[in-house]
Amino acid sequence: MSAFVTHFSFEFKTGIRNKTLLLMNYLFPLGFYLMMGAIMPGIYPLFRDTMIPAMVTFGILAATLLGLPDPLVNARESGILRSYKINGVPAASILLIPGLTTGLHLAIVALLITFSAPLLFAAAIPGNGLNFFIVLVALSLACSGLGLLIGVVSPSTRLTVLYSQVIFIPSMILGGLMLPYSMLPEAAQTFAQLMPATHAMNAFNGLAMGAVADFNPWASVVMLASSGILAFGLALYLFSWDSKNNQRSGHTALALLAFVPYVVGILFL
Amino acid sequence: MTRPMINITNLRKAYGDYVAVDNISFTVQPGEIFGLLGPNGAGKTTTLECLEGLRQPDSGTLEVAGIDPRKEAHKLRRVIGVQLQAADMPEAMTPNEAMSFFCAYLGVAPRYDLLDRFGLTAKRQTQFHELSTGQQRRLSLALAIAHEPRVLFLDEPTAGLDVASRAELHTVMRELRGSGTTIMLATHDMAEAEQLSDRVAILLNGRIATTGTPMEITATGAGLTKVSVHTKANRLLHNQLTFPAVTQSLFKENYALYFSHDIAQTVPAVISYVQAQSDELIDLRVERPSLEERFLELTNHNAPGE
Repeated sequence: MSAFVTHFSFEFKTGIRNKTLLLMNYLFPLGFYLMMGAIMPGIYPLFRDTMIPAMVTFGILAATLLGLPDPLVNARESGILRSYKINGVPAASILLIPGLTTGLHLAIVALLITFSAPLLFAAAIPGNGLNFFIVLVALSLACSGLGLLIGVVSPSTRLTVLYSQVIFIPSMILGGLMLPYSMLPEAAQTFAQLMPATHAMNAFNGLAMGAVADFNPWASVVMLASSGILAFGLALYLFSWDSKNNQRSGHTALALLAFVPYVVGILFL
Repeated sequence: MTRPMINITNLRKAYGDYVAVDNISFTVQPGEIFGLLGPNGAGKTTTLECLEGLRQPDSGTLEVAGIDPRKEAHKLRRVIGVQLQAADMPEAMTPNEAMSFFCAYLGVAPRYDLLDRFGLTAKRQTQFHELSTGQQRRLSLALAIAHEPRVLFLDEPTAGLDVASRAELHTVMRELRGSGTTIMLATHDMAEAEQLSDRVAILLNGRIATTGTPMEITATGAGLTKVSVHTKANRLLHNQLTFPAVTQSLFKENYALYFSHDIAQTVPAVISYVQAQSDELIDLRVERPSLEERFLELTNHNAPGE
């Protein structure tokens, strides 16, 4: 069995065995989905039209921004990365494989939500399955990249939470998950365009749910994918094996370059 | 003379203003067990980490099995095995998974038999965080030798191990040496170093205080050799005798203890006296100073304020 398959298999199992990861990958997204599904349609009936993409987006945000960085920081601080280095595990595998296994967990959660929401809460079904899948992959890529980048640049577990919440909370409030993007004030709309969740909801609505997109939905997909690739590249460049995380190749501020595609979007779209 | 397996020349490593390793040089021959001794903060772990490719030295040259750890890290992984002092594994990883995981990356078949050898048979499916400290150390050792490395680095390998595991590790180390593996052992355990090492270096404040075989190192100290004598009629116990080269004597149970700086003078004189007294020698033991005593002598000599 190749090293990749062995590593992938172990990481996938860890996503279920590890209590924190189980919470972030499954329990938190599915619990939140069930709660929102029970509450929101009564308050805001149109929520049914966007429930599936919104809850899938929430699941991706939780698993990647809240779930991915912490194990990476812990692994560095406790010396796991040093054990990996000694035994020839490459940095690319340490970053890429948890990203891929998280993507697989997310696909399972997305399937559970997509198939149960119409039955449980009369949610609208995605009209275009292929486009739904494309947006799902682009969002997973963007958020996994950001999650890993946070894990790489965060100097400690305490700051990891802060960095993650700086993206997670605005995404929840302004990203179009609970309230449509069109209802936000203009300044908030501009700020929201820095968030992957905003572009994901725009692309889901325009390409998969048969709704009107607020701006070019394919441009949103391109921004998500390019930000994700950029974030993975930056994470690899800034990666440090050292437990004190002070032997990076470049300055931490370089991580902000992962948001460049969204800034370009604000300026030119 | 064969080419050294490990060659360090003028190695220096500082962390800010603190110089952890200060211009040290030594070689380790193939098949040797080389003990690196020193108190906490002496520079043992930093030296090992530079050799293992985990740290970049500030200056000096390093060579492990003909490989420069700074330039050929990938090649180095195949020829060295390492048990780190401070290392961990993912908490959900079982010993079986760890063996298959690391062996896959090193390109060798998993050596599950080593888990049995190190007493982990019943713990093969137990997650790492549920293993005791000793079990974690034993797993780390099994992983370090699974790919049959040419050079094995052990950093405090017996810390946290029980007596049986410690004995098993010593047996494994001797077997590995017998099969030609070079072992570099950093330890606080002087008895262990003296028992196992072919040569040792004592590091103090980042510098080598002394190097040589344990016998050579103990012989260079100012320590006195203890001569313990027990006779049938206990003639030695009832007399305040003086013998050549003896600086101190005392009596304990049925033994007369003489501390000598030259046993070649002391021992014949004691035997002659016993014979002259028509007494009969039951036991005579000569104990040279231990490596620990020599180590303490060196560390006290180099202590701040000395």
